[in-house]
Amino acid sequence: MSYIPNTDADRAVMLKAIGVKNMDGLFRDVPEALRYPELKLPPPVSEMEALRELREISEYNVDLEHAPCFLGAGAYRHFVPSVVGHVIGRSEFYTAYTPYQPEISQGTLQSIFEYQSMICALTGMDVANASHYDGATALAEAVLMAVSVSRGKRRKVVLSAGVHPEYRAVVHTYTQGMALTIVGEGADPLATEVLADMIDADTACVIVQNPNFLGYLEDPAALRTLADAAHSKGALFVVSADPISLGLFSPPADYGADIVCGEGQALGGGLNFGGPYLGFFACKQQYVHKMAGRIVGQTVDRHGQRGFVLTLSAREQHIRREKATSNICSNEALMALAAAVYLAAMGKTGLRKVAELCYHKAHYAAQRLSALPGYQLLSQKPFFKEFALRCPRPVDEINEYLLDEWGIIGGYDLGKDYPGLANTMLICVTEMNTKEEIDLLVEALAPDYFPRADEEGAPDMEEAA
Amino acid sequence: MREPLIYEISSPGRAGVNLPECDVPATPLPKEYLREDLPLPEVSEVDLVRHYVRLSQLNYAVDTGFYPLGSCTMKYNPKVNEEAAKLPGFVQTHPYQPPDTIQGNLFLMYQLQEFLKEISGFASVSLQPAAGAHGELAGVLMIRAYHESRGDHKRTRMLIPDSAHGTNPASTTMAGYETVKISSDARGNVDLEELRAHCDDTVAGLMLTNPNTLGLFDEHVQEIARLVHECGGLLYGDGANLNAIMGIVKPAALGFDVMHFNLHKTFSTPHGGGGPGAGPVGANEVLAPFLPGPIVVKERVEEEPASDEEWEEEEMYYYHWQMPPSSIGRLKAFYGNFAVCIKAYTYIRMLGAAGLREVSENAVLNANYLLSRLKGVYPLPYNRTCMHEFVLSGRLPDAPDVHTIDIAKRLMDFGFHPPTIYFPLIVPEALMIEPTETESKETLDAFADALIQIAQEAKTNPELLHSAPHLAPVARLDEVLAARQPVLQCLK
Repeated sequence: MSYIPNTDADRAVMLKAIGVKNMDGLFRDVPEALRYPELKLPPPVSEMEALRELREISEYNVDLEHAPCFLGAGAYRHFVPSVVGHVIGRSEFYTAYTPYQPEISQGTLQSIFEYQSMICALTGMDVANASHYDGATALAEAVLMAVSVSRGKRRKVVLSAGVHPEYRAVVHTYTQGMALTIVGEGADPLATEVLADMIDADTACVIVQNPNFLGYLEDPAALRTLADAAHSKGALFVVSADPISLGLFSPPADYGADIVCGEGQALGGGLNFGGPYLGFFACKQQYVHKMAGRIVGQTVDRHGQRGFVLTLSAREQHIRREKATSNICSNEALMALAAAVYLAAMGKTGLRKVAELCYHKAHYAAQRLSALPGYQLLSQKPFFKEFALRCPRPVDEINEYLLDEWGIIGGYDLGKDYPGLANTMLICVTEMNTKEEIDLLVEALAPDYFPRADEEGAPDMEEAA
Repeated sequence: MREPLIYEISSPGRAGVNLPECDVPATPLPKEYLREDLPLPEVSEVDLVRHYVRLSQLNYAVDTGFYPLGSCTMKYNPKVNEEAAKLPGFVQTHPYQPPDTIQGNLFLMYQLQEFLKEISGFASVSLQPAAGAHGELAGVLMIRAYHESRGDHKRTRMLIPDSAHGTNPASTTMAGYETVKISSDARGNVDLEELRAHCDDTVAGLMLTNPNTLGLFDEHVQEIARLVHECGGLLYGDGANLNAIMGIVKPAALGFDVMHFNLHKTFSTPHGGGGPGAGPVGANEVLAPFLPGPIVVKERVEEEPASDEEWEEEEMYYYHWQMPPSSIGRLKAFYGNFAVCIKAYTYIRMLGAAGLREVSENAVLNANYLLSRLKGVYPLPYNRTCMHEFVLSGRLPDAPDVHTIDIAKRLMDFGFHPPTIYFPLIVPEALMIEPTETESKETLDAFADALIQIAQEAKTNPELLHSAPHLAPVARLDEVLAARQPVLQCLK
């Protein structure tokens, strides 16, 4: 099935009109010796067989509808209201492309304009773009933008160790040809204040994540001090934020952010094994001409009626080519639409309630887990929906036990990214985790079932530390 | 046809969703961390649904009509792809689950890597990049990493034909290289003389789109590859136009060292109103170690087969992640746009090898048929057999006041999406038309008839074109005003 409507009879008429004898007549520019290679692909299947095959493949996974899950670390299981799937499932939205022709793309354009408005509402910033690929690439683009704002003169980036390790990795990938100096990643991820001393006249930007990768909330007053330190040296202050947390906690504009970006998957996007996700990106008005990506603006048509168009495109690759801020072309428009529908459905009170549910449930879990012998919270700092838990055994051992014995997907092993955090698990609790699930996790880790390492003769990590 | 903004239908106290009560004891909130106001709209579910359904109706889309947007491959998006990607066993998986619990996902990604290798002839494929431009950045960074790994630091220039997509020079700059523009010759190929003059030991590589953005297969592609390789450079392939050559020729066989695929174009995962796409990148043996990662590899399982008799018949594999040895690194968090990969996998399974060749043959047939109907009517700067698309000029000899933009807007009145316009830059007043294989002869004829009638109107009633569109949801929009007085959100 190749979805081709033309029949053999159609093809014969068309070939004749073109003036070639057969299909081969169309491919004479292709080197003859290389023409028509054999492609060794599995034989084609019918739709029925394809769906059966895909379902079978999917069933080799343990999916989270059948396993309580405490993984977060940048990909979050939040409730997605039914309206989201129905709206983004409208093929008028999903089978269109970038709205280059605004008169027949008002649906996409207006929905992006509304999305931009809602991202500004969440972050407190002046302007937002139509999306980046994900939170990591949005952050990398923030670095490129900050360097560009300094006209390429500032070559240093202060990057907090509290930023998602994979986001930091993407910043390094993106900038490997730019000869930048990136500092700060070796510092204590919970001591953001030490970054201030690293800022100098060569610094393009200072980057923090809030809540940080370990789940802890940064004190807005301390962040304001850091922002002031950056600004006093002429550097930009960049905040990577969890948009759900912004339903409850201070918008980064309040503590001095120049650029706010982050992962928008939590806003109506499924987990989808890591993609497609949504990079949201907002900044102060004065930097809009250095911002990458599509931007939708309001205008009027020739009768004076309101309408929306892609605008300020002189920033973009199709106009500026090698002088563009970024090479981005396709973005994550449909995920931005999902985020807009999600935010509109949740509204002012709903998003706050989601954030509160996450907060209370995560704290309940933290309180109960840290009461178990051998477990303790890494820090007493306030946190949102994730927290770091010191464990009596290696995290992968605990996770294997939880999965095999209890069917629970445990937390993220922080020791993979932070050498000082061996045996420390990042636990995520959202509104999707019921009290029963949390209690089950606590029960599973209780000493009755899961003895501490020292009781089995393995090294006691607490003493070793 | 004015649809109010979502904020204009907001009313305090409404909500579009209800949430459960908290089932755990509350913990006090840290007061000094809290925000004061959250200016999100407040709408009921029914108003929300009507708002977005009405907005959707203001859109033109592949599912509403013919969308011959050149270089974008706006083919029909089979619905089975969507169903496959919605299977809960895929959707409800977390990227950090232990590999044992996501063998289905890893198998699918491995298979898609293999399919793309077979279609392109490359040695290895990474599914990391999220879009075509993202794949380009990967490719240029790989070329850079390759030269650096050999201690070859002189190479600072990337050669780019003047017909290239804007993303090519933009990606080059991001990777820290200088762009050198190479002209096209009178037949729309890369100008070989100019290329020769630039080939020296400062050249990192050449980025070539083939078929190019004129819709032409470069007649000297192998010679171009030879020249670039001879001076120590590498050949990057912009795979945007792969829809013309599946089963016709393998890009790796033509001499490309690295190339990105656009799954949203060639493999019919939809375009989503601008995304998500996916831009996997393939490389030959030389560049494979530099691919972005991680990529999926498989291992034969040696352990005892399960007691079931049938298991003994099958080879068992375990799939897991691996970072290529000299990888340029991660390009995004996690592993690529997985849901898009599911759709591309489904598409390739439905078509098989013969189906993919049929796709390319019919895409090229449709383009040449449409070209045969229009080439006497609109100027054709390069009169050759085209591939999957072709480029006309909207500069009509008898209608000097009419521009391509007017022709494009008038096409909307006939119920068609306009072609790509004013690109490629080397054709004045360009109309870049890509019909794709999923359109019937009848649709192509209706579109040709419309363009022929518009060419007539351009002579007899140019005002009809200047004031177009007349039947779209809004009349022609003032883009200059939007840029001069930017209104980019509705809260300030």
